[in-house]
Amino acid sequence: MATYKNYVLVCGGTGCESSKSGDIFTNLQKAIKDNNLQHDVQVVKTGCFGFCEQGPIVKILPENTFYVKVKPDDAEEIVAEHLIKGRPIERLEYKKAEDTGRVHVDDIDFYQKQFRVVLRNCGVIDPENIDEYIARDGYAAIEKVLTTMSQDEVLEEIKTSGLRGRGGAGFPSWMKWNFTKKTESDIKYIVCNADEGDPGAYMDRSVLEGDPHSVLEAMSIAGYTVGAQMGYIYIRAEYPLAIERLNIAIDQARAYGLLGNNILGTDFNFDIEIRLGAGAFVCGEETALLQSIEGNRGMPTPRPPFPAVKGLWGKPTVINNVESLANIPVIINKGGEWFSKIGTEKSKGTKVFALTGKVNNSGLIEVPMGTTLREIIFDIGGGIIDGKEFKAAQSGGPSGGVIPAEYLDTPIDYDNLIAIGSMMGSGGLIVMDEDDCMIDVTKFYLQFSVEESCGKCSPCRIGGKQLLTILEKISEGKGTLEDIKRLEDISEAMKNASLCGLGQTASNPVMSTLKYFKEEYLQHINEKKCVAGKCKKLVSYEIIEDKCIGCTACARKCPVNCISGEARKPHTINQDECIKCGLCLETCKFDAVIKK
Amino acid sequence: MGDNMINLKINDIEVQVKEGTSILDAAKTAQVKIPTLCYHEDLKPTASCGLCIVKIKGMNKKVRACATACGEGMEVKTHDNELYKIRKTTLELILSNHPDDCLQCQRNGDCELQTLAQEFGIREANYEKILKPFPKDTSTKALIFDPQKCINCGRCVQVCQEVQDVWALEFIGRGMDTIVKPAGDLLLSESPCVQCGQCSAHCPVGAIVENDQVDDVWAGLNDPEKIPIVQFAPAVRVAFGEAFGGESGDIVTNKIYSLLRRLGFKAVFDTNFSADLTIMEEGSEFVDKFTNNPTSLPLITSCCPGWVDYLEKYYPCMIDYFSTAKSPQQMLSALSKTYYADKLGVTRDKIFMVSVMPCTAKKYEITRDDNMSCSGCQDTDVVITTRELARMTKSSGIIFDDLPEDKADSLMGEYSGAGTIFGVTGGVMEAAIRSAYFLITKEELEDIDITPVRGLKGVKEAEIDIKGTKVRVAVAHGLANVKSVINRIKDAKDKGEETPWHFVEVMACPGGCIGGGGQPYGVTNAVRQKRTEGIYKDDQQSEVRRSHQNPMIQKVYEEYLDHPNSHKAHDLLHTSYQHRPVYLK
Repeated sequence: MATYKNYVLVCGGTGCESSKSGDIFTNLQKAIKDNNLQHDVQVVKTGCFGFCEQGPIVKILPENTFYVKVKPDDAEEIVAEHLIKGRPIERLEYKKAEDTGRVHVDDIDFYQKQFRVVLRNCGVIDPENIDEYIARDGYAAIEKVLTTMSQDEVLEEIKTSGLRGRGGAGFPSWMKWNFTKKTESDIKYIVCNADEGDPGAYMDRSVLEGDPHSVLEAMSIAGYTVGAQMGYIYIRAEYPLAIERLNIAIDQARAYGLLGNNILGTDFNFDIEIRLGAGAFVCGEETALLQSIEGNRGMPTPRPPFPAVKGLWGKPTVINNVESLANIPVIINKGGEWFSKIGTEKSKGTKVFALTGKVNNSGLIEVPMGTTLREIIFDIGGGIIDGKEFKAAQSGGPSGGVIPAEYLDTPIDYDNLIAIGSMMGSGGLIVMDEDDCMIDVTKFYLQFSVEESCGKCSPCRIGGKQLLTILEKISEGKGTLEDIKRLEDISEAMKNASLCGLGQTASNPVMSTLKYFKEEYLQHINEKKCVAGKCKKLVSYEIIEDKCIGCTACARKCPVNCISGEARKPHTINQDECIKCGLCLETCKFDAVIKK
Repeated sequence: MGDNMINLKINDIEVQVKEGTSILDAAKTAQVKIPTLCYHEDLKPTASCGLCIVKIKGMNKKVRACATACGEGMEVKTHDNELYKIRKTTLELILSNHPDDCLQCQRNGDCELQTLAQEFGIREANYEKILKPFPKDTSTKALIFDPQKCINCGRCVQVCQEVQDVWALEFIGRGMDTIVKPAGDLLLSESPCVQCGQCSAHCPVGAIVENDQVDDVWAGLNDPEKIPIVQFAPAVRVAFGEAFGGESGDIVTNKIYSLLRRLGFKAVFDTNFSADLTIMEEGSEFVDKFTNNPTSLPLITSCCPGWVDYLEKYYPCMIDYFSTAKSPQQMLSALSKTYYADKLGVTRDKIFMVSVMPCTAKKYEITRDDNMSCSGCQDTDVVITTRELARMTKSSGIIFDDLPEDKADSLMGEYSGAGTIFGVTGGVMEAAIRSAYFLITKEELEDIDITPVRGLKGVKEAEIDIKGTKVRVAVAHGLANVKSVINRIKDAKDKGEETPWHFVEVMACPGGCIGGGGQPYGVTNAVRQKRTEGIYKDDQQSEVRRSHQNPMIQKVYEEYLDHPNSHKAHDLLHTSYQHRPVYLK
């Protein structure tokens, strides 16, 4: 491979792409060509850097300059100033706050406590170039496996590592593989579950966009270990960039003899095809996913039979999530022993989270299992926006629960999260502050689950809708104490009698908010009050006569014209017509509008 | 299911079951019938209702008894306070998504959901009523589909796709908007639906029901301008008693004659008679082809309207092999409005012809093409199912059990044992062989019990020795079993080889007409078996067991039709077929 004086890494993740990182990339290339630097500087479009809050991100090597919030127009300046004159552009460098100085990439808080195993290549290599993956030990693991390890030895290595499934439930990966390995069958399959669907989660997408070969390599290793020759990647069609890069990666791997027949000259044959999902959340559930691949409506089927024994087209099938797979090559290369030293006693390795919500540094992070929520939110995440008070965090998406402040110091792993009524899920982590109403938040998740219910089993289909109906009643101040019991009864029934994981966990947000924030429910019911001010029906805006100077600003902004009054005289809000949008409160410069 | 035995404890009672037995079935050996709404013996468990959950010692999650096989040493708990509460809440949720108009529902008093609500002591609506905002589908003649009442158990979808291979029904939409409908949001009439009604027979509630035409029958009965005549099908006589607490398979033919007379019909005919007539026509058609034009074989039976519709939709390339003989229902109606009307000296439109059928597709058949109006007016005026006749009986106040026995009208009421076995799978074939043997050899077949074509096996084959000539036959029932038979014929034809079979019988419904979509609810293989036994018993008890020996058949040919496949017979008793493409919209 040719070497260059400078490498300019442009984030090509979906977040940065949508903020025009594609144009930045093109402009940089053009500027470099215009200045005849193409033999000295290489521009690389990488996967996600994780620090999405600050995107689009451009990193320049070897000096490690970390440019944030770059615009396409900045390209010329970066070339002219930085690459030609060697003068970094200060205004583009990351600063912790407006008034503080620039921060060198090694000192950025966001990256300090992170430990990158899964995301090892994201933001580092060009995902569309197999050579760059190979240059970073890519495909060394499959070579090691095929040339030096027996199937049992691979299984033993994974067992030693302690890797558990990253898709949600945390089932030991080696056991899944072993079930399929032990089941006799002429045909077996490896399926990569890339049907990531939790609201706000994009861990798997980023891995596929930033390091697709790691997943292909892992699937081959799985194929060798269990005796499968065919793999499918089930990915939702709304991940076009990931699909494009996967297709490129598969073509390249085939061209290099890393997929197909006689891989690396051995008698091992393995190939991979992509299957697109239409975006139904339930298709992330294993049995529904298999139905979908087979061309049927994506609806779960009863288990047993488990897919590991009787899966795709009735054949034994290993289904692993993207993140689980991305760990495999590292485990093979560095050893299960090495991996098992990361994390807690029962949860090994790292976990990628999509950190979002009311946190300063939202983005994609990877931390060792056992990191506390406090470290994630306050050290990596940079604390709550506007210095407000932390109220709760939701992990596990719509299947998870809220974690209140009292558990900020609980080490996060599979078992601890279950113990406090939430779950790891696939890794969405949404931070909420004092302005968030727990009934409102629960409603949001229920709405999602209700819409995404496949409609097959009655506890999930009807139970979810009834929960939502009751929550809506409560948020409108029409709830009764009996409604609390109804919420509990339905939640129990859904948890115990739903067919698949989606239904069994859809009531988790209700159960956990009832557990930790029952007071808030009672306030809504008994006092008809929403302290956070989110439940519109329980909120009113009023104008304090003494403070209003009659500037008419609020009346002019009001979208429904329900504020009246003469100029220079106190105004009033017609409560019957007010839609509680809060614009008057935002507009008033004299603190005359209050929210009650 | 293996032969290995599994030992387990259900509610601390030790039970032994075959390997592969579900907990639901195993519980019955411990005297427990675990509540369920979606499970049906005919079908694979869809595990959708969530009512049959049980606890297994050592397992965190509760499992569905319908879909979980027993394991060695398992300790199962089928009921306790927690399970009761979860089941009751689940049931209340289902009820919150189901209308409360039980009193106006066709399944009132015969509804699995209603029964469970009663058993669980549901006394108030605990949850807000949220109904599905979808309209009824009344587009077919045979079936009414009300999505509001549907509980999404999936039985109809499975029976339509996997048992019948019709694929008219599918789940569409998501979440609370998930409904059963033809794919593409079509109406049933625009779908491949063949109106076999197996969906209605398997529906636990009133979501899919037969198009109730009892009122039309009453109207005709009371019309002073009309002469009401009735016929009823072979399979009705062994199932009708079930509606009055009788056993499946009880033969109540003579009471039905008496019932129909008391309801007001002026003449009571028996479709068994025209089944014999069908054998004469179809049998002669077969013999003619077999002896004179063997390459035009196989001959495929055409008396089942669901099957006719299915073939016209899915296998138009087989139309040439289809027997042109009409179904017994249409033959009898045609003769009633011609031969019988002439005898009475009345015009044909005076006759009001009702038929009582085990079948919903018969409602469709009566207008399927112009040949069904060969008398000059519609040959059959109204078809009601066994279920509708039961309701009609009860509403009339007639105490069925106490009725005296009666006879059919002599002209078209006498039947042979061969006619009665039309009601079961293999029956048409067996009846045809009994007569074909005679027609070919002019000698009577001695052992007329053709056992290889009997029974509930999906596809049955037999080779019949007709004085040294081998006749190969195949019998299929349940439309999903047809594919393999038709494909083998197609393959042979495509390759220019001899047909694998000379004669093929197909009945759309599993078990044949005794398992028809219009029969009393609660059909399982055990019920089908009993009804089948009833049919064969009726055959055994018949003095005449060969169609061609039925004296009234001989008479109708002498007096009216001349001979089988005569010009007149063709006009009245035969039809034609056409390709009916699906999904044209």
